[in-house]
Order: sequence, then C-alpha cells, then structure tokens
Amino acid sequence: MRNITAIAQRELNSYFSSPIGYVLVGFFALLFGYFFYAALFFFEQQSMQAGMNPTQAMNINQMLVGPTFMNTTVIMLLVFPLITMRTYSEEKRSGTIELLLTSPVTDFEIILGKFAGAMLLYAAMLSVTLIHMAVLFAFGNPEWKPIATGYLGLLLMGGCFLSLGLFISSLTKNQIVAAMATFAVFLLLWIINWLSGAVGPTGQAIMQHLSITEHFDDFSKGIIDTKHVVYYLSFIAFGLFLTMKSVDSERWRG
Amino acid sequence: MIEVQHLSKRYGPFTAVDDVSFRAESGEILGFLGPNGAGKTTTMRIITGYMPASEGTAIVAGHDVFAQPIEAKRKTGYLPETPPLYPDMTVREYLTFVAKIKGVRKDIKGRVDEVMKKTWVADMADRHCGKLSKGYKQRVGLGQALIHNPEVLVLDEPTAGLDPKQIIETRQLIRALAGNHTIVLSTHILPEVSQTCQKVVIINKGKVVAIDTPDALTQRLSGAVTMYLQASGPVDDMHRALQNIAGVVRVNVADRKDDSGMFEVDTEKGADVRRELATTIVRGGWGLLELRPVRASLEDIFLSLTTAETATSEPAAAEEQEVAGA
Repeated sequence: MRNITAIAQRELNSYFSSPIGYVLVGFFALLFGYFFYAALFFFEQQSMQAGMNPTQAMNINQMLVGPTFMNTTVIMLLVFPLITMRTYSEEKRSGTIELLLTSPVTDFEIILGKFAGAMLLYAAMLSVTLIHMAVLFAFGNPEWKPIATGYLGLLLMGGCFLSLGLFISSLTKNQIVAAMATFAVFLLLWIINWLSGAVGPTGQAIMQHLSITEHFDDFSKGIIDTKHVVYYLSFIAFGLFLTMKSVDSERWRG
Repeated sequence: MIEVQHLSKRYGPFTAVDDVSFRAESGEILGFLGPNGAGKTTTMRIITGYMPASEGTAIVAGHDVFAQPIEAKRKTGYLPETPPLYPDMTVREYLTFVAKIKGVRKDIKGRVDEVMKKTWVADMADRHCGKLSKGYKQRVGLGQALIHNPEVLVLDEPTAGLDPKQIIETRQLIRALAGNHTIVLSTHILPEVSQTCQKVVIINKGKVVAIDTPDALTQRLSGAVTMYLQASGPVDDMHRALQNIAGVVRVNVADRKDDSGMFEVDTEKGADVRRELATTIVRGGWGLLELRPVRASLEDIFLSLTTAETATSEPAAAEEQEVAGA
C-alpha cells in the first residue's frame, strides 16, 4: 500500500511540477464552464417559455446538470489521451522504468499507483466543476442526489478511459503514438453503437452494452444500477489486467 | 554475495548471454569486462530482476531472483547505464521517492541526507534532476542505488561520461563501499578494473572468456614473457646471438643507435631465460645496460582474449557475407 501511495504521489506531482497539470485542469475548467453556461442559457430560455405555459414541468437536474455531464464526456475523450500517454511511454523512453522494475514493488503496485495518480488528477479536474454546482444551489433548488450519482458515473467512466489509456501507453515508447491510439480506441468505444442497426438483434445488444456512454445515462438521472457499476468496474479491472500482461511480456522480450 | 549459474538469455534465435556462471563473495568488487554488446547489461538486468533469464539461476544475497524477486530486489541496488532520474523532480524529492519504493521505512529524511553527502550531491539537493550535469546525474544515480543500504550493488558503467576527476572520485567511492557491499560493476575501460576490482569476469559475445583476479590474469598471459633488453655493442651481432638462445622465440629490435640496441625478446611460456640473456651479452664482450620483463597489461589481455577468436574466424565470415551481399 505504501508503495502504491508513493507511486501515485509521484505521478500526481509529475503533472503539477510541469505545466501539464495546470493546462489540463485550466482548459478543462474553461470548456466545462462554457458547456455549463450554454446549458444554463438554454434552460433560462426554456423556463421563460414555461412561465407562459405552466403545464410544462421544469427540472433543473434533467435539463441542465444531466446534459452538462454528458457534454463533459466529450472533453474526457479529447483530454484523457493526453493524461495517460506519458504514464508508461515516458518511463520507457527515459529509462526510469528500470528503476521501478528493479525495486521491491510488484507490477500490480506500480500499475495501481499510476492509475491512482491519473484518477487523482481527474478528480482535481472534476473538483473545479463543484463551483458551478455551488452556484446552482445558491440560486436554484436542484436535487443533490442525481448530481452525486452523476459525479460517481463520471468518475467510473473516467476510470475506464484511464485504465485503457494506461494499457495503450504501456505498449509503446512513443507518446504521440500512445495518445493517437488511445484517442481512436476511446472514440470507437464511444460510438460503437452507431452500427448496432447493421449487425442483427444479438450484435445490437452486445454493441449497446459495450458502448461506454450508454451506461452513463442512468447515472445522470440519479439511478445507480448495479449493471452499469459492474460494467465500469469490470472494464477498469480488464484495462489494468491488460496493462499488467503488457508489462510482463515486455520483461520477457526485454 | 552473488551467485550466477549457467545463465542464458535468448531473444528468438539471438543469444545475448550464453551459459554465464560466476560468483562474487561478500565485500568483493567484481568487474565485468567486455566490449559493447558483449552481454554485460543483459546479465546485470537479469541479476537485478529487470528481466528473467531463459535458463539458469541467479542468487542475490541468498534469494533467487526468479523465485523470490521482491526479497532479492530489496537487497539489491542498481545503477543502470543511464541513471533512471525523473527530470522534473529535485534531487531530494527523487531520492525520497526512491527510498520509499525501495522499502526504507525509518528516518527517510536522514537517510537521504546521508546518501547525498556520501555521493557529493548535497549542494544540488534542490536542483531538478533534469538540469544536472552528467557527472551529477551519475552520482545521483549512484545515490539512488545506495539509498536502502543494499547488500549487493550492481553498477552498469558507473564512470561512463564523467570527467577524469569525477572518475577518480567515483572509483574511490566504490572502493570505499566495498567493505559493506558486494559490488558488480561493468566497464569497457580496462584501467578501471585493475584499479577497483578484486575479481574480473571477461565476457565476449555472451560467453565468459576468463574469470580471475586482475593480477592473476596479467600473470596468466605473461606466462609467455616478453623481456626488454638494452645493451651496448654491434646491434646485428647481438641480435644473432640472442636468437640462438634456447627458449627464445623471437627477437625484435625495438630501437638501434650507433653503439647500442634495444631488443624485445619473446620467450617460450614458462621458460626463464634472464640468466642466459645476461651471460650471452656479457660473454660477447658487450655491455648489458638493462634487462626487465615487460608485463602484459590488462589491455593486452583484454584485446587478446576478446579478439583472438575474431582474428581467426571473423574474416572468413565477413568475406562470405560480402560475397553474399554482392
């Protein structure tokens, strides 16, 4: 555990001892702020119309928070390859991987440490958005439970992207290759259900199930369905498992 | 203590390390000598648990590196060829991090200070590793290997890229560490071995060519001694007389002056012809000015050990390749 903490701490520090961490958090905040403002503006217009036509029910959670969270996944798609691309690639390139692999720590501890470091950075990015939620609570009366489950969903979904990105980074020395491959795989997983109409009913169900964003809907509505939690957790575990196998095979091949 | 037995490492059809065995006792400095690409780094990576071997065993401080990797790694300090530094960490942060993952639990701060002092990097404690000079990087790398006070130190070319003063200092440091640690260091610089090591393993093309003390290796090759002889008198007459002595293989005139000559006398292995050389000169009525054995330097040993094979077998192979290429 101490080893995992030490590695996670070093990972997190490495983001913030260079501009990378600040740029990531800063631009994430900028984009999130824009999405939030756009959704807020739309919501405002809707509520004006609703004022004239009282039969229409207004729900700040469903109309503002939910869509903003959905939009956040677009930012993740673009930003996460940049977080994970250096995790292994950089260590391989600079030779520090030799330090880690000859230290009395297991491969799994190294991987968990790196994953935890990336998750903490992601949590730092998300924590900036709490300001926007605080504004909502100050001027409106949203329900806190769907917001909380929304954050849980975002964290789980981010975990999937990060574990997969970690795996791809472990395959190459080249950061650009890692970033591009990660982005491509993320995007495919995101839109895999587009083709679900073309593959018959069974294939459709499988594709729907594989799509990362499909599982997010319920979280933003305030539902914690174990089906989705299991999907995300097993996805994360699978990504970490692949990373472990990749690091192990690298050892044998030298 | 390090014990390596029948270690082999193959990458597909290529054999990087072929049946290497050696042993380093506690407190000993073992030098790993060989040209680039001989398999030094691969052997060291296997000993440190960075990669598994294809065959054979390596036991470090009583732990098999394959069966008990964590225990073995806890007792091993390793300086790879390029010091494994994180450029965005300061020296102090870096050593603190390494101390944590190497399993130092008590007084990490004190240990870091101690190591920085030992490796003369304390003045750069708050400088980023990426901004250090090559010499400092190397020493921080050495500090990193020492941080958990391991029983075994594995150093891959510890003096590469240092300036002469730093090289001397680093060698001194390594010698000073030997009492408490078993040290394996690799190098392709010969004087380094004779100056720092008690035992030499010469490796070439993945195979161990010789294992001995630097002195014994010198002796072994100097079994066929070359004598240096300087005498005054007619050079050609002396040359002829010397060649007729039993046990002399070849006499080479190294330098000649009007009335004196310098000769290199190659003798048969095991034959001591000093007495005969002296009497021959004196009986001829010439003046013996100097007579001494020329010790084969480690450099010669190294060259003869590692190139002897190539000199006979390589040209043929190279020619074949050229023909095939044409």
